[in-house]
Amino acid sequence: MNLTATLFLQLIVFLILGGFTMKYVWPPIVKALDERAKKIADGLAAADKAKSDLALADRKAVEELRAAREKAGEIRANAERQASEKIDDARAEAAHIIAQAREAAQAEAGVAAQRAREALRDQVALLAVAGAEKILRREINQKVHTDLLANLKQELQ
Amino acid sequence: MATEHAAQAPSAGEYIVHHLTHLNNTGERQANVVDWSIVNYDTLFYSLGLGILTVFLLWLAARKATSGVPGRFQGGVEMLVEMVADQAKGIIHSAESRRFVAPLALTVFVWIFFMNAMDLLPVDLLPTLWQQATHNPHAYMRVVPTADLSATLGMSIGVLLLCVYYNIKIKGAAGWAHELFTAPFGAHPALWPVNFLMQIIEFLAKTISHGMRLFGNMYAGELVFMLIALMGGAWAVSTSGVLLAIGHVLAGTAWAIFHILIILLQAFIFMMLTLVYIGQAHEEH
Repeated sequence: MNLTATLFLQLIVFLILGGFTMKYVWPPIVKALDERAKKIADGLAAADKAKSDLALADRKAVEELRAAREKAGEIRANAERQASEKIDDARAEAAHIIAQAREAAQAEAGVAAQRAREALRDQVALLAVAGAEKILRREINQKVHTDLLANLKQELQ
Repeated sequence: MATEHAAQAPSAGEYIVHHLTHLNNTGERQANVVDWSIVNYDTLFYSLGLGILTVFLLWLAARKATSGVPGRFQGGVEMLVEMVADQAKGIIHSAESRRFVAPLALTVFVWIFFMNAMDLLPVDLLPTLWQQATHNPHAYMRVVPTADLSATLGMSIGVLLLCVYYNIKIKGAAGWAHELFTAPFGAHPALWPVNFLMQIIEFLAKTISHGMRLFGNMYAGELVFMLIALMGGAWAVSTSGVLLAIGHVLAGTAWAIFHILIILLQAFIFMMLTLVYIGQAHEEH
């Protein structure tokens, strides 16, 4: 247990070594440590973000799928509705055309019947007149009988 | 040792004294307890050499330090740095002061650990090599710098100077003077001398115990190693020598293993006290 001037030299060495470490050793190591800590923190944050992004994307995909399915169903329903509408329209038009044709045919038939009837009436009248003429050839007053025949003709209408 | 000293057959006392004598500038054993004209070359050589080794190793790690995946060496140094940085953060609350004090604490820890670890080398290895190199069988050499009170007190006085520096820096010269006279008992003028005396005693006690603690542990450890070596050395001249040799092996192994704990613990304690004392310089009473 002796004290010597070694003490002062040791003191100086002590401070110099501390100073060296402060200048050349501590800062780079602490910097590297801080940087690595930051890197790790960033990495963890990125991983978290990726995870939440993935969950979000999943949810979005499911939603889109559902929307697409809904839309497809809607389109199919629309198409079916349109098709049935078209069929109904066509059916209605066909019925309409048939009805029109039938009407026209009936009208034509009616007119023809009328005409035939009138022709027949004329001929019957002429026949009746001719008959009556033959019967009543001997009758003196043809004038009186003309009125009579006109009345008969009227009645036949 | 047995072969080296068998010719001269030194007594146990002579052996111990020889081993506890420094290689100094006088070439002789120091006569007075305090002699400022003496410089211990061996202490200086080993402490400086180990100090340079310390900062070189730390610098090696620092030079290649990247934020990428660290190697084992870099990882080890980083663990040390983080340990010291955490301790410093808990004790010294000024980031500005930590910029010097934390690296200092790291250096002190590693450096003192290396100096203490010199104790684990066989006690006669380096001195014998030195004696053969100088062709002087009486050449002195001590290889554990921390077993030299001058070295440990040198460092603890370094810590004291830093305490004074930070006291003045943080509190101002007037503020520190005020604290010296008014703490711990109070501001009453009658208490000023008592306060001042207490403060001086506190600083002295802190510094001396700081240096003495390390010195005492290492000195005692060294002494025990020498006694164990003596026991083994007695093998050659004793009839029951084989038992002594076995005792040497057992005791040497046990003490060396236990000493691993001590050298690490003492290095850590010195570092922590360095931080604590400098931290106290930052606190207002």
